[in-house]
Amino acid sequence: MADTDFDVIVLGSGPGGYICAIRAAQLGLRAACVELEQTLGGTCLNVGCIPSKALLQSSEYFALAEHDLGKHGVKIAKLTLDLAQMLKRKDEIVSQLTGGVVSLFKKNKVTWLKGRGRFVAAGTIKVTAADGTETTHKAKNIVIATGSKPIEIPPAKYDRETIVSSTGALKFSEVPKHLIVIGGGVIGLELGSVWRRLGAEVTVIEAMDRILAGSDAELSKGLMRALEKEGMKFQLKTKLMETKVTKGAVKAICQTADGQTVEIKGDKMLVAVGRRAYTEGLGLDALGLTLEAGGKVPVDDHWRTPVAGVWAIGDVIRGPMLAHKAEDEGVAVAELIAGLPGHVNYEAIPSVVYTWPEVATVGLTEEQCKEKGLSVRIGKVPFVANGRAKSLGNTDGFVKIIADAKTDQVLGAHILGPWASELIAELGLAMEYKASSEDIARTTHAHPTLTETIKEAALAVDKRTLNF
Amino acid sequence: MAVVDVKVPAVGESVQEAMIHKWYKATGDYVKQDDVLLELETDKATVEITAEQSGVLEVLNKEGDTIGIGDVIARIDTAATKPAGAPASAPAAAPQPQAAPAKTPPPPTAPSTPPAVPAGAAPLSPAVRRMVAEYELNPAAIPATGKGGRLTKGDVVQAMEGGATASAPQVPTPPSAPAQAKAPAVSLPTPATPGTRAEHREPMSMLRRRVAERLVHAQNTAAILTTFNEVDMTNVMELRKKYKDDFKTKYGVGLGFMGFFVKAAVAALKAYPLVNGWIDGNEVVFHDYYDIGVAVSSDRGLVVPVVRDTDKLTLDEIEKAIVYYSTRARDGKITVDELTGGTFTVSNGGVFGSLLSTPILNPPQSAILGMHKIQERPVALGGQVVIRPMMYLALSYDHRIVDGKEAVQFLVKIKDMVEDPTRLLLGV
Repeated sequence: MADTDFDVIVLGSGPGGYICAIRAAQLGLRAACVELEQTLGGTCLNVGCIPSKALLQSSEYFALAEHDLGKHGVKIAKLTLDLAQMLKRKDEIVSQLTGGVVSLFKKNKVTWLKGRGRFVAAGTIKVTAADGTETTHKAKNIVIATGSKPIEIPPAKYDRETIVSSTGALKFSEVPKHLIVIGGGVIGLELGSVWRRLGAEVTVIEAMDRILAGSDAELSKGLMRALEKEGMKFQLKTKLMETKVTKGAVKAICQTADGQTVEIKGDKMLVAVGRRAYTEGLGLDALGLTLEAGGKVPVDDHWRTPVAGVWAIGDVIRGPMLAHKAEDEGVAVAELIAGLPGHVNYEAIPSVVYTWPEVATVGLTEEQCKEKGLSVRIGKVPFVANGRAKSLGNTDGFVKIIADAKTDQVLGAHILGPWASELIAELGLAMEYKASSEDIARTTHAHPTLTETIKEAALAVDKRTLNF
Repeated sequence: MAVVDVKVPAVGESVQEAMIHKWYKATGDYVKQDDVLLELETDKATVEITAEQSGVLEVLNKEGDTIGIGDVIARIDTAATKPAGAPASAPAAAPQPQAAPAKTPPPPTAPSTPPAVPAGAAPLSPAVRRMVAEYELNPAAIPATGKGGRLTKGDVVQAMEGGATASAPQVPTPPSAPAQAKAPAVSLPTPATPGTRAEHREPMSMLRRRVAERLVHAQNTAAILTTFNEVDMTNVMELRKKYKDDFKTKYGVGLGFMGFFVKAAVAALKAYPLVNGWIDGNEVVFHDYYDIGVAVSSDRGLVVPVVRDTDKLTLDEIEKAIVYYSTRARDGKITVDELTGGTFTVSNGGVFGSLLSTPILNPPQSAILGMHKIQERPVALGGQVVIRPMMYLALSYDHRIVDGKEAVQFLVKIKDMVEDPTRLLLGV
């Protein structure tokens, strides 16, 4: 038993966990990070954000070459898809980034405890390595950052061959003929887009009456219209009741809201109905820690669980399951442990869907403002009027800014359009500084850029647009 | 010469202590001669203290400290040279414990472009900059709720409305009423979202402390009595309506009501000189001059600058003086001298909507006139009920020196003059 004591042990090396460990080490604490996988980085780097973005970019180029380059006068005689190369490139990006975390650990002197971590008691962790050897480690502070797993639903159990989770949908060795996607959320739409662009027929089955449930209604409507143009099919208000898998084929038996039965046949099915907190095997019973309804780890405003010295961050706790939210919580917890005032502003956390056009949003939706009884002014301007969007050939979408009617403080911003993922940062910063729409409207934006549409939307809040 | 002391200067005759309101510079800052270092608040006014020499500053007292006249509150090391740039780069050793971050003194501001805001204050956002310029506001006087103590546009909007609570986006909405619920058993109601029941304490400003002292002193010393009357504003309002544009064109200042009341007060004070006097021991001091304090509201409370020799001033000169002092009071620039030495005071509670009040004397003065809101009321005139713009007047006076009869006649005189402004011209 090679026992070592630390100041902080972080369970899980996803973006929340590895950042927390590095920040703790930066602050002079002896930090360790437990990870059972062969690579660091968790879901995000290995089977989530990063590989999906790699494939989204590659497939976007393919779609561009197939449908759009001709309009620019760029002709390709014979376009072919090398899927193996596309997947290889994705894997290379993943291994570069996960390797990067290893060197960050070395640079910051964070110890990687390889194996599965389990609480023996508060302050004590037992780590079981792949070869079965066990070590025990003590730390005054232990941070649970074990993330989440795809939810499995009874009518469509994963077989990792025909019925897959997001992990499986990142490595189809051939383009499916017809991919059935269960769930019109972020993951379903992104991975559905990848395979649609590469030639698959894609049908999205969604139980709610719209895709991206919970996001701004105009946004989800606008995105659905754009994706339908790309050829994606949608079956809204429809529930999956049963699946039948025969060799190389899958049949989804669904029921619509008005009680009709619909059958959809495909050769692959992606189930992306959401993710749940991953806490199995952590030994939380040994701590006497009871999970919240929904399986999340309970924490207070400062990420403390009811057990002294045990903290939790990221997907295992309340709030949106977003890598950047977990990262900022990781930094805040490390700082709190070091006696500094750690803080996360949950009102200004952006979220992005990497479809094309992209969707990016921060703050309250128009619907949420209405529910809260806030009186607001809204500025909405389409990209159609933007010179840069025109030259890009991407004029779908709009920028929508919601501001308090009295104080003019930006309460929310919603973008559907080209590079929305990058454009949203300005609005996140604005919200962090409690900026008013007028602050944005009075800030010079370069011409010609997509950001001019943000400025124009800010002007629209005060009904004084200049270019629209 | 290496180290120069920064001392609290004598800011007024009766001022013995002051409070540090705000430091614009911090320890380690390189300050240039004449840079504003800090703002002191006394019971009467605020004073900016500037650097007498250039050098590196060492601050000895913090904001909120009360200090005496002549106390050393900071030192300037004049031997220290102007910083050339960032300090030498930190050693490249890998593990860095929580060492205090090296303080990089900010480069001194270029003399050619004076900053719009006091150095050291957080920069203003574009919308806040616009509002401050457009409405001529003092940003330092507005409570800031933004990140790092910055002002948001909402803060300025709230300050202009005089509201206190920002409409935060996370206001809990009241739960909607349950539809056709059964008659519930009556129980002790508890709020659905319990608010905080904590208390908090803040130090009183010097101005407020002195105001409190003086008010109690006045109440304890004088025999204060108040007499009331009412004035029909019809004629003055018509006069004003008729000539306000010409007046503004000629004098560049608006024609207000205050000037009429000041002029009427002068006439009444001349007729009843005791009201313009005060008690000093066993003697009564009469004044052959008429210096009238005019209460104006500022961000730091009500201040009463004194308009001198009002008997010799024309109406436009009085209006100009009031505008001048209001601006200085709002900017916190008013001096102690401008606030002392009045022989009588006119206060207008009407601007805040007050219908009737009993003003408290401004010692050692013996009387104060309270103006109020103009309100249309039915009045009986020649056996007819007519609607007239009416204002209640109150005169609080020190009964030790002014008799009831005199006080009432004094007030009636003011009423007569304002109701028939021609009397002001004729002096009858």
